[in-house]
Amino acid sequence: MSKPLVTILGKTVKSFARLRGGGSALPGLVVERIDPNFIKDILSSLPLGVTVISGTNGKTTTTKMVVELLESQGLKVFTNRTGSNFSRGVAAALLSDINIKGKLDADIAVLELDEAHAVHFVDKIPPKFSLLLNVMRDQLDRFGEIDHTANLLRHVANATSEKVVLNRDDIRIANIAKSLDDKKVKFFGIDEKLLKYFPSDDNLHGSKYKNKITEKADVVLSKFHDDYATFTIDGKDITTKLKLNGIYNVFNAAAAIALVRSIIGKEINQKKLIEALSKVTPAFGRGEMLTIDGEPLELVLVKNPSGFQLGLKSFNPSGYATMIAINDNYADGRDMSWLWDVNFSSLANAGVDLVSGIRAYDMALRLDYDEVTIKNVEVDLKIALKNFISINKNQPKRIYCTYTAMTSIRKNLSKITKVEVVK
Amino acid sequence: MSNKTITILNLYSNDMNIYGDRGNVLCIIKRLERYGYSTELIEYNHGDNFPDNIDIVIGGGGQDSGQSKIQQDLLKIGPKLQKLADDNVPMLMICGLYQLFGRFFKTSEGEIIKGIGILDIETFGKSERLIGNIITYSEQFGDIIGYENHSGQTFLGHEVNSLGRVRLGAGNNTLDVSEGAKYKNVIGSYLHGSLLPKNPAIADFLIEQAVIRKFGKFTKNKISDKYTDQARKITLKRPR
Repeated sequence: MSKPLVTILGKTVKSFARLRGGGSALPGLVVERIDPNFIKDILSSLPLGVTVISGTNGKTTTTKMVVELLESQGLKVFTNRTGSNFSRGVAAALLSDINIKGKLDADIAVLELDEAHAVHFVDKIPPKFSLLLNVMRDQLDRFGEIDHTANLLRHVANATSEKVVLNRDDIRIANIAKSLDDKKVKFFGIDEKLLKYFPSDDNLHGSKYKNKITEKADVVLSKFHDDYATFTIDGKDITTKLKLNGIYNVFNAAAAIALVRSIIGKEINQKKLIEALSKVTPAFGRGEMLTIDGEPLELVLVKNPSGFQLGLKSFNPSGYATMIAINDNYADGRDMSWLWDVNFSSLANAGVDLVSGIRAYDMALRLDYDEVTIKNVEVDLKIALKNFISINKNQPKRIYCTYTAMTSIRKNLSKITKVEVVK
Repeated sequence: MSNKTITILNLYSNDMNIYGDRGNVLCIIKRLERYGYSTELIEYNHGDNFPDNIDIVIGGGGQDSGQSKIQQDLLKIGPKLQKLADDNVPMLMICGLYQLFGRFFKTSEGEIIKGIGILDIETFGKSERLIGNIITYSEQFGDIIGYENHSGQTFLGHEVNSLGRVRLGAGNNTLDVSEGAKYKNVIGSYLHGSLLPKNPAIADFLIEQAVIRKFGKFTKNKISDKYTDQARKITLKRPR
């Protein structure tokens, strides 16, 4: 089939899928089936090629940051914005952005890919740049083991032609450098004093903080206080105010800066870069702040033990009504074991107001074993959300939720009340 | 809380601790406390001195790298563990340590990793990974529910019984319907989930055996399992 025809067909499926209120990846799937080279042909025509961002936690917000930072440098950026990070999602995103002749008006593509899909993707389309964030225990029912996941990312690094940006303080990511030419590697990192806020997988699983810092990093997150962060960029300290919620997002800002510096090179306009950084907000559901009845409501996406633990460390529960919603659909991961790798005792003083989702009782059981009191358990998310909002009307609220719980909450929130996105 | 203390040994808490295995340790500690006992937790890692006076031993799964790291050390303390097992000390070994409590693990490349042989089982590495929700049934414990994720397939010898019969999922291997193994008070299983919180019958069995062995008798006062019962009910209805 000719390219314009595939494009038209894909766009048509896309508009139908939207009418049905369906998922974002379906039209991409259709196009991929008909023309397997669809993505490759279009992306390989971009002057700055393809950048891949992968790792367990923080992909979506980091990708959003990288896109906005590149745009601050005057580049036109194509990205898979919907958070549907499989290559089908990439094809779906392409369908929106290309013109009818199948041409994409962009300088560079910045793509968020999960570890398993990144491997297949880079085999077809080798990226010029890649950024590898971290390896944590996430949905191991899909990937098997964490060392295996690290090997998937090593494969992505090997397929990258120009620069690979690596997390110096995640031992499995840092080790990837050993199989790469030194000139191809750039590191981002975090000051030793802040390391305790960013436990690596081994730290979370019993080992003490023993990451040895030996590699020199291009960008280091050296201080973080309230809304201000200090980055040491190429040896010089730069302090800026940030809108990012959650300290782990701030570490990923260091990753984004290092990647953008690799892509742009000497020509970089640092003033514009930092200005753009100060304006970046978290991605959909990643520490997002909404307003309901004049009170803030924060949605914190939790997908794996490390992410959940970091969320609990980032947000103080006192004064807040807390809800936790745990689903076990395919996109969430079916295995509930991960809840037992999170320590919930920080919630013991304030307690949890409501526990919901398909696996609400697994979560309730988990909290009970950490001596956290629970006011209510309601499996049905719709009812739970309504009750949570009406009972805690005059209080700031926070909901920790898995991926499909979050999408359902977002949908139901807009039915209950006017949702205002604050930041 | 009474001055009666039960000592729990967590084997290789640094390297053999994956998929929420710590939930098993937490469950034993909390339930013992709720039954009115004091607890002492000893975390044993490779190179440590093996402690005396152990009442319960809990071990978990690991990655291949973790398993090869602890294997030599495990062989060293094997005779001590065997003595405890023969002496009716209750133990729970999940996944990786379940395999290494057996005679050997033969990798898919043909390499033989020697186990300590407390359980009469043999395990063979396969390319297929057995993943998903699993329900087994045991006459002693009723429905045992959890989540399995392993590529090793285990076969039972004549000196052990299986822990349960598989109703949903794979269990020990793809050829028979057995799951787990039991020798005296030593239980081995592939089930994560974590296993004990959602299967309090097994947790209470381990506790009861430990308490009886140490203090002669166990009076089981009632503790609330309201969330457990609901969590079990829902889990039983979830797809593989």
